[in-house]
Amino acid sequence: MVSATVSEVTAAAAPPIQVKKSESRSLSFHYGSFQALKSISMPIYEKKVTALIGPSGCGKSTYLRCFNRMHDLYPGNRYEGQIMLYPDNTNVLNPDVDPIEVRMRISMVFQKPNPFPKSIYENVAYGLRVRGERKRALLDEKVEDALRGAALWDEVKNRLNDLAFNLSGGQQQRLCIARALATDPEMLLFDEPTSALDPIATASIEQLITELKAKITILIVTHNMQQAARVSDYTAYMYLGELIEFDATDTIFIKPKNKQTEDYITGRFG
Amino acid sequence: MPTTEHLSKQFDVDLETLRSRILQMGGLIESQILAAIDGLYSGNIQALEQVIENDRRVNGFEVSIDTECSHIIARRQPAASDLRMIMGVSKAVTDLERVGDEAKKIAVVSKQIHESGRLQIPRLADIRRAGSIVVGMLRKTLDAFARLDAVAAAEVIRDDAAIDEAFRGMMRQLITYMMEDPRTISTAFELVWVARALERMGDHSKNMAEQVIYIVKGTDVRHTTFEDIEREAAR
Repeated sequence: MVSATVSEVTAAAAPPIQVKKSESRSLSFHYGSFQALKSISMPIYEKKVTALIGPSGCGKSTYLRCFNRMHDLYPGNRYEGQIMLYPDNTNVLNPDVDPIEVRMRISMVFQKPNPFPKSIYENVAYGLRVRGERKRALLDEKVEDALRGAALWDEVKNRLNDLAFNLSGGQQQRLCIARALATDPEMLLFDEPTSALDPIATASIEQLITELKAKITILIVTHNMQQAARVSDYTAYMYLGELIEFDATDTIFIKPKNKQTEDYITGRFG
Repeated sequence: MPTTEHLSKQFDVDLETLRSRILQMGGLIESQILAAIDGLYSGNIQALEQVIENDRRVNGFEVSIDTECSHIIARRQPAASDLRMIMGVSKAVTDLERVGDEAKKIAVVSKQIHESGRLQIPRLADIRRAGSIVVGMLRKTLDAFARLDAVAAAEVIRDDAAIDEAFRGMMRQLITYMMEDPRTISTAFELVWVARALERMGDHSKNMAEQVIYIVKGTDVRHTTFEDIEREAAR
């Protein structure tokens, strides 16, 4: 009995083995002649929240956008290296991989809520319709699941046909999360998802992120270091296109190994 | 430990104020210990009463430093070395205040001994020697804190063994006195409390030194072996 307790304690103390959902391998990125990312290799662990922090222009948003090929939309942009998506070992950056398919698997939520000028229902159903889904019953079910997943269902269930713009800022952002969830993505990318929201709406989005990670892998860019500390399991500090330090969030915020990281998170950066 | 300044100069001022308050409090306590031990030898009741009275100031320091720690956490959300500094200070101040309590205890006991007129005090030299070891430890701890010197803090932890040894020696002697001459029993018994207070001061200094190592190195060395502590401090 006693020995069982001891082994339980030991098991609890040992760090759990993390499964990689994705990883960048020597990822570099160029906007024309400007190199915005310099050979970044970093794991993204499954069903964990990974936060990217760093001063403006450090490349964190650029890095995030590589994951669903957002940069493809502009000419002159160039990727090097790989972004692997597991378990199927797909290189997201491979030109043969359809970016639309990538975006079904890796969804994105932006800084400002950007619902489509459509009803609440149609906003959420949009991705499924693009995918060719026509069955009303299935759409209804998926829309409800996604709105529940985004903690918005109870607030909108009686007005699904209202225009999305009639929702508050925080609700609009949760609608965008529901829209991203509707296609059952494996990964969610958040690009400063709360910088346009008040503290209450921010807290509800943060709570949602914490709940979502039970099912989904999350990568989040934030300017708010306390937010990174609150919601993430892992934190990456970037500076001038380089990954300076990647570690468990507790380590980064209590005992970072790198002096540059330390200076940034303690507000000594200048 | 970062040496550069914060972008917020006020944050630097707040942290510097906190550090200097701890050092001031430490200075006060050092003089309290010395005055209490002097009073034990001299029987200067007025000086002993002053030590007892001064303990209020020690308590005031503790409360105001803890309040300042809460304010900095609430306003600045400190991280990394700043966070460790605040956490370390908040813990060390508790130990520092307890050292103050022990000094007061010595003053109270000394006053009782002298007021009761029982002046057959056996072998006081050992108490003075133990007192000077404790004051040395405390001074070294505060110095290590001021200079954020983990190696010096580790030395304090080693010094605690010397205090423990001195305590055991004092106890053996006091017991011998009590057996040889029963008239010394009541005084010797009071001196046990003095010896005990000095031994506790050593323990508190050791705890503070552990906090210095945590602040500087980010490693919690409480309840580890001395070898581990020295290795961590030198890393």
